[in-house]
Amino acid sequence: MAVLTRGFRGRSQDRGDQRLPPGQYDVGDGFPVLSAGPTPRTPPARWDLTVHDQTGELRRWNWEEFRALPREALSVDIHCVTTWSKFDTRWEGVSLDTLLQDAPATARHVLASSDGGYTTNLPLEELTGGRAWVVDTYEGQPLAPEHGGPARLLVPHLYLWKSAKWVRRLTLLPHDEPGFWETFGYHNHGDPWREERYSGD
Amino acid sequence: MTEPTATVDTTAARRLDGNAAAGMLAELFAVDVTTARSRCASCGTTSMLGAHHLYADAPALVLRCPDCTDVVLRYAVQEGRILLDLRGAQLLTVPAPAATDESNGA
Ligand SMILES: [Zn+2]
Repeated sequence: MAVLTRGFRGRSQDRGDQRLPPGQYDVGDGFPVLSAGPTPRTPPARWDLTVHDQTGELRRWNWEEFRALPREALSVDIHCVTTWSKFDTRWEGVSLDTLLQDAPATARHVLASSDGGYTTNLPLEELTGGRAWVVDTYEGQPLAPEHGGPARLLVPHLYLWKSAKWVRRLTLLPHDEPGFWETFGYHNHGDPWREERYSGD
Repeated sequence: MTEPTATVDTTAARRLDGNAAAGMLAELFAVDVTTARSRCASCGTTSMLGAHHLYADAPALVLRCPDCTDVVLRYAVQEGRILLDLRGAQLLTVPAPAATDESNGA
């Protein structure tokens, strides 16, 4: 028994040595769904994505317009604060460099807001430079509602709670505004390589 | 002009240290809250706590209003501390334990 167990663990550790952040395990083929509420199901005909600043709406794309934007395919590792990591996940979507190219010069922070009321906050400079996307396709298929479809934010270098499912609005702010988990003991930044899971207060 | 320093601020004088609340809160949190009723801060509906919707597999326990689905309560244990967020509960009504009534009457 011990030999068999060690064999399985050894294989996953080989794969994860370089790529597994501290305190995480390789979930393999699984893709856990950790829900804090009912799954929103917004049909494409009623879906839009907007960019706001404090004064109001700056940009808006309906589903067809969003699908016509320049698209990228990416393969990334993702890390959930509940300690699972998943390697080589393949997504398609639109880079935030495209969506936020008209950001006002005073913007420093972004609050992402989703159907269902979820919010999360991120520094603007970590969403640009090819580090963040709004994705609508996972492993070649339309993104399932359980995983954030029709479209979710994807910021793979931070814990997955920053990759807001069902994202509908990106609000550009000069100040930081903590989101749903950030106001409940979770770290404001959320870097898995620094194990930024919890805040001190 | 009157002398403001001559008046006694009775409100400030009667203010207690927050530790004094601990005893009362201990009574609250020792009771079975499934029979408690909570008024949703979002839609104003009052429902039994046990009739709310609980999402337990997220990074915290998230309790939602059965009427409007907004968040009523969040609870988590993180690194040896308990966190309780009641922002979505405008009013929590809990039946007092029978033992408390008896001791008050005695
Ligand atoms: Zn409600």
